[in-house]
Amino acid sequence: MMSPAPKPPVSLAANPRLSSWVKFTEGRVAISPGKVEIGQGIVTALAQIAADELDVDITRIEMIRASTATSPNEGVTSGSLSIQQSGRALRHACAEVRQRFLAAASERLGVDASLLDIDDGTISGPGNVRTSYWELAGDVSLDHDATAGAAAKSAAQRTVAGHSVQRIDIPDKVFARARFIHDQALPGLLHGRVLRPDISGAKLISLDETAVNSLPGLVAIVRDGGFAGVVADSEAAAEAALKALRKGANWSAGEPLPDEDNLAGFLKSQPVDTTVIDTRTAASTRKAARTLRRQYVRPYIAHASIAPSCAIAQWDGDHVHVWTHSQGVYLLRADLAIVLKLPAENIVVAHMEGAGCYGHNAADDVALDAVLLAKAAGGRPVRVQWSRHDEMCHAPFGAAMAVEIEADLDGDNEIVGWRHAIWSNGHAARPGRATQPALLAASEIANPYPRMISTNPPAANGGGGDRNSVPLYDLPDWTITSHRLLTMPVRTSALRTLGAQGNVFAIESLLDEIAALRGEDPIALRLRYLRDERAKDVIRAVARRAAWKPQKRSGVGHGVAFARYKNTGAYCAAIAEIEGTDDIRVKRLTLAVDVGEAINPDGVINQIEGGAIQATSWVLKERVRFDRTRITSTSWTDYPILTFSEVPAVDVEIIQRPEIEPVGAGEAAHGPVTAAIANAVYDCLGVRVFDLPITRDRIIAAMELAS
Amino acid sequence: MPVIEFQLNGAAMAVDADPDQTLLDVLRGRLGITGAHFGCGAGECGACHVMVDGRAMASCDMPMWSVADKDVVTVEGLGTMDAPHPLQRAFISEQAMQCGYCVSGILISAAALLKRNPWPTEAEVRTALDRNLCRCGSHNRMVRAVLRAASEMVPP
Repeated sequence: MMSPAPKPPVSLAANPRLSSWVKFTEGRVAISPGKVEIGQGIVTALAQIAADELDVDITRIEMIRASTATSPNEGVTSGSLSIQQSGRALRHACAEVRQRFLAAASERLGVDASLLDIDDGTISGPGNVRTSYWELAGDVSLDHDATAGAAAKSAAQRTVAGHSVQRIDIPDKVFARARFIHDQALPGLLHGRVLRPDISGAKLISLDETAVNSLPGLVAIVRDGGFAGVVADSEAAAEAALKALRKGANWSAGEPLPDEDNLAGFLKSQPVDTTVIDTRTAASTRKAARTLRRQYVRPYIAHASIAPSCAIAQWDGDHVHVWTHSQGVYLLRADLAIVLKLPAENIVVAHMEGAGCYGHNAADDVALDAVLLAKAAGGRPVRVQWSRHDEMCHAPFGAAMAVEIEADLDGDNEIVGWRHAIWSNGHAARPGRATQPALLAASEIANPYPRMISTNPPAANGGGGDRNSVPLYDLPDWTITSHRLLTMPVRTSALRTLGAQGNVFAIESLLDEIAALRGEDPIALRLRYLRDERAKDVIRAVARRAAWKPQKRSGVGHGVAFARYKNTGAYCAAIAEIEGTDDIRVKRLTLAVDVGEAINPDGVINQIEGGAIQATSWVLKERVRFDRTRITSTSWTDYPILTFSEVPAVDVEIIQRPEIEPVGAGEAAHGPVTAAIANAVYDCLGVRVFDLPITRDRIIAAMELAS
Repeated sequence: MPVIEFQLNGAAMAVDADPDQTLLDVLRGRLGITGAHFGCGAGECGACHVMVDGRAMASCDMPMWSVADKDVVTVEGLGTMDAPHPLQRAFISEQAMQCGYCVSGILISAAALLKRNPWPTEAEVRTALDRNLCRCGSHNRMVRAVLRAASEMVPP
């Protein structure tokens, strides 16, 4: 029994050639997705899907790293879309490959295809006849475009997808076998470092190189307009040369930064591009008895990968090969082609793993750095690694947001009107999507490109600053407005969830406040306003699991929150338990999640746990610091994140829906966890904190305001 | 440059090195041993942890002169695929990572803990790992893995 053939998945429509996804080689199956591993376990989930559709053991599957030389172009690995896009494409492609091989086997064995069975790649039929994918591989060309004809297995027929498997990349990482680009050894490898200013927006005016020239190990000093760097035969030599170079650098005055203590004031005073995201008008207007007006603020947040960004580049004439941990090899190639004024065919961009990036960090920037420095390396490969300092101040940040909601309430404190407005820089300035490059060095070289001002993805793709700003609740009337800043003194681009964390924090905080006003249980209120049964199910599930609502105890608070990521992705409800007086600790987070079909359930749990813990770190500790001239949070001391002792217990329940198309899990938890903690603070201390992060100082200020 | 002698993963080493060069540089550069990772260069994140005479220490700000005659163990010295350290087995069993960049340093911190305290409580494991940062949020899995390894290493 097969399920009906779906519309060809978007990635397969864009890359229809079956052989670009699947190849059979000597007892192995090579699977080439265009999506990349960034610590989220995607290659394992994709291997599961392929193993299932092809009926081969997962250990036979070799996942090929994305490269512009060979891989399907799947854009960027972001937005929790890899399972949706790459997973569906592979499922469909493998189903068709299987069908083609069954047809060939039927012909060779003289047995009707419907009587054939595949077990670990061996195709057999009645009368003990058998062949295999590998025996038939010479006869079955996969240089065909996928058709709509093949149907993937039904949920009940799958034996690998939907079951937890161990991730295929983990043994290498435990035994320190090089998977990371940082650990890549290449013959003749040289090391580069780039000189960047401390003062925000400062330009290199002049450079005295004399002290550097005599240093041991130096291969080249590279200068291209305001871009300067060194190449040396070891990392230590490159560091020493950079240090000497810095002493000879003369910088222009920079560009002023906003007041870090008045982010909302700054955001609301800038020129903006205003978009009405959505409106809904009540059929019958109930009269508003009062209006609650609240402003919520999220600071700039750093990606703060544990590894500084790294890339390797090697020139061969007018061709260049780039190794990168970018999330989008084709998009990076497009920007490199613009900067280098080369046809894209002259550039190969190949992925290697880096540390988790959580969005658009400096991965792409450092690739251009390596390409520019490698020009001076006489054909030898040059590896460039940023410093911790540069990673924390020159990479893009997640954008600060001010979110204002006005809720009109009737005499019973029911919501009759809702106006949600966002002021924020754009949440995306990724490479490869515009006629101008987004890479940092492109704004430093001679004849520089202007620094790209971040924009927002369209609402159809989940939006940016407006992500999750349209309530999933059935409110009678609303207007949602997004104001995107046209200035960008602090560089911003995609950070996990884009604007969803800020918007969910605002919506779910205000709902909690309204429930308290009404004396209504906050879960009951949410269930009353929701029409989506899957949404209600995750809320009911988390309530059961956390035994909502635990008895009130002094010094302990509980809060709940919910969101469906992008309103089209994973459903997630969270309950936070905190304790504290003025300095709070998050003790436990309970989450329920519905991603449709969970391909690797333990992988989904891992992603939700990780998202919940990272969100806790954002909420309690994280805020990019700056004075009026420079970013000051340039070390782990100045930008602390949650430590092992501060991490809460996290308990996750998955609602498995094998019959529903899978969606990603990586960004589902952040918004709900943020608001659940904020609501637990209110439950515990009776005050609301509207500005993230929720620190001791902010709680004391809120208490003073309340008294 | 002076020759600095030390033990590395059980073998005698003699490295002709600038005494002020960091151990991490020598490991990753000259010796091509890349298990210890660069994270911050300031001893603040733990990605570069190695064991020195049984204690987990940052190698990114450890000058070579201080390593002379010491016993240094990197993650490569803990175990191999064929003969894994119980911690390595447990990290696989618990699927205790996401990106895994911090893991080699965390394995070292955990191994040093279990050397001095074979029966750690959960709180003791967390305290021992507080100098290691994990950005992906895999902390609880790692703590479970360390407790699992401890239970496997000590006969009941």
